[in-house]
Amino acid sequence: MTATGSPPSDRPRLDDHPFFHGFEPEFLRRLEPAVSERTLDPDAILFREGTPARAFYLVRDGKIALELHSPGGPPLTIQTVGPREVIGWSWLVPPHRWRFDARALKATRLFAIEAGPLRAAIDAEPLQGLRLLRQLLPVLAERLEMARVQVLDVHRR
Amino acid sequence: MSIVGEAAPAAGSNPWWPTPYRVERRVAETGDTVTLTLRAPTGTAPPAFAPGQFNMLYRFGVGEAAISIAGDPARPTELVHTVRVAGKVTESIAGAAPGETVGVRGPYGTGWPMDDLPGRDVVVVAGGLGLPPLRPALLAILARRERYGRLEVIYGARSPKDLVFYDEVQAWRRRDDLRIQVTVDAAGRDWYGDVGLVTARLPDARFEPARTSALLCGPEIMLRLTARALEQAGVPPERIFLSMERNMKCAIGLCGHCQFGPDFVCRTGPVFPYAAVRDRLDRREV
Repeated sequence: MTATGSPPSDRPRLDDHPFFHGFEPEFLRRLEPAVSERTLDPDAILFREGTPARAFYLVRDGKIALELHSPGGPPLTIQTVGPREVIGWSWLVPPHRWRFDARALKATRLFAIEAGPLRAAIDAEPLQGLRLLRQLLPVLAERLEMARVQVLDVHRR
Repeated sequence: MSIVGEAAPAAGSNPWWPTPYRVERRVAETGDTVTLTLRAPTGTAPPAFAPGQFNMLYRFGVGEAAISIAGDPARPTELVHTVRVAGKVTESIAGAAPGETVGVRGPYGTGWPMDDLPGRDVVVVAGGLGLPPLRPALLAILARRERYGRLEVIYGARSPKDLVFYDEVQAWRRRDDLRIQVTVDAAGRDWYGDVGLVTARLPDARFEPARTSALLCGPEIMLRLTARALEQAGVPPERIFLSMERNMKCAIGLCGHCQFGPDFVCRTGPVFPYAAVRDRLDRREV
């Protein structure tokens, strides 16, 4: 946890999260000013559908429910995201608005990376940006596969 | 059941002839699924079964269905089956009240490779009604827990109200010698557990892939995705075992209804090593 020549610090670092394992230290240092830690109490809302996606979230511990709403019906949890996982890609895809609600199911700690500086860092360092997309794409693929299986409703048969 | 001009065969002497069992207990698991405890005729005991085997359950005048044995191998006098209503036959079986009669043929098929498991980490993945066929294996492992390595259970269902053996699953959660993760496809706000596929829970399971055996039962697409994920994690494909579901009619390898490539599931299955069926699982014609 201690960088050479730096005083010891207990402050968690972005590369503590598996998503950022293996990134260039310079890229992570560039992101550092845009990174904050967030703590959510149980039932706290992280973001709501339709609001600007201003950050990329990485779950450190706890659990977040991704919820969809339909008019007249109760909210439906379509996925939970836990430690070592990441939340969403709306911060990357225009118009940069969340497509679902996110709510803490229990006390949860996250890293939040501001979307603007993160997109700027990706543009400024395309190789690291490509690496980030390569990390994100399997997450996207897994969630797409999950959504397809959910549509099949395989447990009903 | 006697046939005019013929002596009625003794129970068990004719593979087509069901033995009448009495329903002793009926527990509603969910809105459409019940667990029946059956008792053999007075003075007899159910034939011994291996975890993973199935029986043909018969409702007189209605029909017969293949149902996995869900009971505890250590309690051989109780024959336990969990049945979900999927048609007229299963509706009649599931509707059998205590005191009523259900015909039983079996047990049939191959079981889980219980002799292969001691000394190894065991990962059990159940989807929906895949839990009852795995329950005898789990109970056998828990009865001799010291013989096995880590025990990881992942159980997925459609929704929280579709979970079966709920109280037992809760009791398993409280044990410190097994880890169980329960996940559902979708849930309301009264569910604080995981939502997502069973495969999404695999990264949180603790096991040493090279010394792991995995037992999988559930919808075929779940089996395919889970077996693939386990193999990618390093579990040898010959140590991943799948219980295949096919439309079984005769249960003795004659009618061909359950044909799966070169195998009849009722005879060489329902439990297969993934290595033996992997190529067939991706073929939509099979």
